Amino acid sequence: MTDQTMTLAGKSHSWTRAKTGWAIFAAACLLAIGNSILPAGLVRPPEWLVLPFADWINAIFAFLRDDLGLLYLTRAFADGVEWLLDVTANLLYGKNRWPRIGPIPWTVIASIGFVIGYALQGWRLSLLTGGTFVWIAVMGQWKWAMETLSVIVVAAPFSILFGLVMGICAWRSKTFERILNPILNIAQSLPHFAYMIPVVVFIGVGPKAGAIVTIIFSVPPMIRMSLLGLRKVPHEVIESGHMCGSTRWQLLRYVRIPTARTEILVGVNQVIMQCLAMVVLASFIGMPGLGQKLLQLLQALKIGRSVEIGITIVLLAVMLDRCTKAWATKQPEHFEKGTSFAVRNKFLLLGAGLSLACLVLAQFIPLMDQIGRRDAFTISKPIDAVADWFIVLIDPITQWLRWFLITWVLIPIRDAFLWMPYAAVLALLAAVGWAIGGLRSALVCLAFFGLIAMSGWWDRAMITVYTVVVAVSIAAVIGFPLGIWGSFHEKRSALALLICDTLQTFPSFIYLIPVVMLFGVNDVAVIGAVVLFAAVPLVRYTIEGLRQVPETLIEAADMSGATRSQTLWKVRLPMALPTIMVGVNQSVMFSLFMVIIAAFIGTQDLGQEMQRALSSTDVGKGLVLGLAVAFMGLMVDHLVTTWAKTKKEALGLE
Amino acid sequence: MTAATPVISCKNVWKLFGANPEQYLKSLTGNPGFDEIRQAGYIAAVRDVSLEIAKGEMLVIMGLSGSGKSTFVRCLSRLIDITGGEVRVEGQNIGDMSEKELIDLRRNKMGMVFQSFGLLPHRTVLDNVAFPLEMRGQDRFERRARALEVIELVGLSGREDYFPRELSGGQQQRVGIARSLAIEPDIWFLDEPFSALDPLIRREMQDEFLRLQEMLGKTIVFITHDFDEALRLADRIAIMKDGVVEQCDTPDQIVLNPATEYVAKFTEEIEKSRVVHAGVLAREVNGHSLTGTPIGEKQTISELARLLVNDNRDFLPVANGAGSLIGAMSRQEALDVLLGEAS
Repeated sequence: MTDQTMTLAGKSHSWTRAKTGWAIFAAACLLAIGNSILPAGLVRPPEWLVLPFADWINAIFAFLRDDLGLLYLTRAFADGVEWLLDVTANLLYGKNRWPRIGPIPWTVIASIGFVIGYALQGWRLSLLTGGTFVWIAVMGQWKWAMETLSVIVVAAPFSILFGLVMGICAWRSKTFERILNPILNIAQSLPHFAYMIPVVVFIGVGPKAGAIVTIIFSVPPMIRMSLLGLRKVPHEVIESGHMCGSTRWQLLRYVRIPTARTEILVGVNQVIMQCLAMVVLASFIGMPGLGQKLLQLLQALKIGRSVEIGITIVLLAVMLDRCTKAWATKQPEHFEKGTSFAVRNKFLLLGAGLSLACLVLAQFIPLMDQIGRRDAFTISKPIDAVADWFIVLIDPITQWLRWFLITWVLIPIRDAFLWMPYAAVLALLAAVGWAIGGLRSALVCLAFFGLIAMSGWWDRAMITVYTVVVAVSIAAVIGFPLGIWGSFHEKRSALALLICDTLQTFPSFIYLIPVVMLFGVNDVAVIGAVVLFAAVPLVRYTIEGLRQVPETLIEAADMSGATRSQTLWKVRLPMALPTIMVGVNQSVMFSLFMVIIAAFIGTQDLGQEMQRALSSTDVGKGLVLGLAVAFMGLMVDHLVTTWAKTKKEALGLE
Repeated sequence: MTAATPVISCKNVWKLFGANPEQYLKSLTGNPGFDEIRQAGYIAAVRDVSLEIAKGEMLVIMGLSGSGKSTFVRCLSRLIDITGGEVRVEGQNIGDMSEKELIDLRRNKMGMVFQSFGLLPHRTVLDNVAFPLEMRGQDRFERRARALEVIELVGLSGREDYFPRELSGGQQQRVGIARSLAIEPDIWFLDEPFSALDPLIRREMQDEFLRLQEMLGKTIVFITHDFDEALRLADRIAIMKDGVVEQCDTPDQIVLNPATEYVAKFTEEIEKSRVVHAGVLAREVNGHSLTGTPIGEKQTISELARLLVNDNRDFLPVANGAGSLIGAMSRQEALDVLLGEAS
């Protein structure tokens, strides 16, 4: 009886809701169709609606900087960071600063790398870590790589400590968490460049600015993971801590934090990966190192050399990722009674012995100390040759693809996006929001895009939207079938997941190398890079979603006589859809980031303006643009999570 | 009850979960039922529980999941603050204690064993067991010596350097037991300590536990949902349902005279003769002529079955451990317990 009334009520409720949704959608269509006869105020945001956010932000920043004297504080902090940077710079690549004992011979660092890898997981990881350093040295990139690493070595510990403390505060105080959460949401969807501009204003340019922007950029995931870890500590472990008579501090120090170790270390992993991504990009604000070299070489279209640097960055990324992950998942193991000191500390002794040996040898064999550019190998010539051959080979295809995409896809779609009256776009988004999450979601959509309209960057924003829409659609066309294909066999999906995970560790900058190589510097290259970057999470989550479908459901489908395609379409895909949508969400986020980064190879969207803001250190403009991008991401995030949540509830998955 | 002051005494203990439980509790009149309280938006985990636990006694709190037994034991150690009533431990109201006093109490008087062990995953067996000692600031050597002592007591010698992850469930719970005993507590709480173990290991751990208890003689509050376990271990059993103690009595009395329908349903399937002791059935002699060898008060009826069937005396003398006569047991009554009442 109650069931019946419930469904009836539900039906009538969803019926009116659907009707309202369609009504808003119809209004959007009307607005679009009547474009030519609409008053100008509905086609583009009228002047009175455009608010000078940038000036306000600039005023706030000027107040903070000059009147509050925040500048002295930040400069003082920056000086402290610079001192640390000088120390690591001296040790790693011999910058002439205190303690003036560096540079450490590359063989010493490489052998420590070997031992750390071996201690963490075994000889495979050992080959990766040690091999990475050997590659860097042999390819003559030691100094650049060490410039990059010296910043990470300083920035990562700061972020980790800062993130952990913030995480603990958020865990202790609900109010603090409530304030922090929206800030983190925005921070994690702001494009990299938006962080750089304020840092340039407060700190200036150069390595210390690079380090500080890296610290700021990489803190949010650490806060999130520490909070998650502290929350996940089993209740009984805490109670047992209480019953052992722990004080609050003892409970935190000896019970909660050690028990949350795995999550905290996953946070450390994310911090380090974010650091690497940011350090590479910080070349835009004068941070020397691998990123700067790559930027210069890409701009000069030196493909072979940039591939070399690309490989180094990728190796570093994979190495750092694998090492920290191995550390996070490593469980303690006991030694048998009476194990000697040497066996207990074999890795320490091995590392010390090897480094000492290398240190001594380096005194006699200069090549073991440093490898100069003259002695270094390079594979840029053959790469260039292969690339040239390949480019010539596929030139007809790329030419045609470029022509086809630009003339028949990109320009028409872009024009369509620009042609749409902003009122129609807003109404359309409201309709989508309404359909997914009712009034609340409709208002959220309106608020985010309304603010973008009020920022005065509507046309630029539409170009960004168009790039992302096109790129994610292409990525979906490639990614979904690939994911479905990948999910059919256990081994294949394991391999595909490994590849996707590895691709996701690459700093976004890397994805520009192959597309610039194939398409040159233009719109198609931008789309290409975004597609590559956006397809990875789609493939990943499609596989994950499909593999997670409970075995019994598939068995039930098999026993009902379903064919493979019926099982796929009627059982597996519907069950996997919520997970797949998480992939879509991430894909959109990644595209937004990539579009902005790709600005320097030529776009006319928000990214280009942001580059301009960066070069003129216009904080207000930069932040307004950054927030516009963040709002797009947050809106999609809101829609997808709301949708996935209702869907999951309906499927009884949560 | 033997001792003058009970070790733990609870008076009208209430624990409600909800928006503003204190105020709601004050507004209550009479004794509303579980469902009535739920209607008001509160969950009653413990309702008006009063009981006392004597020194050296083993009280088993028994109930199905959701009956409030775990919450109740947490009220006794103030892991959870109670909504109403008072809990006194050795005469002190623990609700009034400052955090420092409470920590001192736990560091010196209380030990607790948890269902899913609650071990610290990053510490070795030795460090886990030494943890409470570390918390109260004992030095390394003392800590180590004492920890090794209790590890030996629970039969885990040789595994001191293992991590919890490397041990079986039974072994992990031995670590939990050792840790709770490290500070030599007077009061020992065990919250379904053996529920997560498989039946064979559970039996073995119960024997182990009885051995320890015989040796140490602690005051024990033991939680279980397994009635057989309760009957095996308890001096007294408190049966809980929806936050209320339905009956709190010796196993014999619970089996023989269930106070409520709920308790009766529980005891229905139990073979009474395995629970009831001769001592409980012993009545005043009242001029019956008693002949022959007396039976021990601690013997269960099932142990006496052969004798009961073959003997032809109407009344059997019952003697205590020291051999002196304490009463007479009607053979008919005992046979009723053994075979069920004649219908």
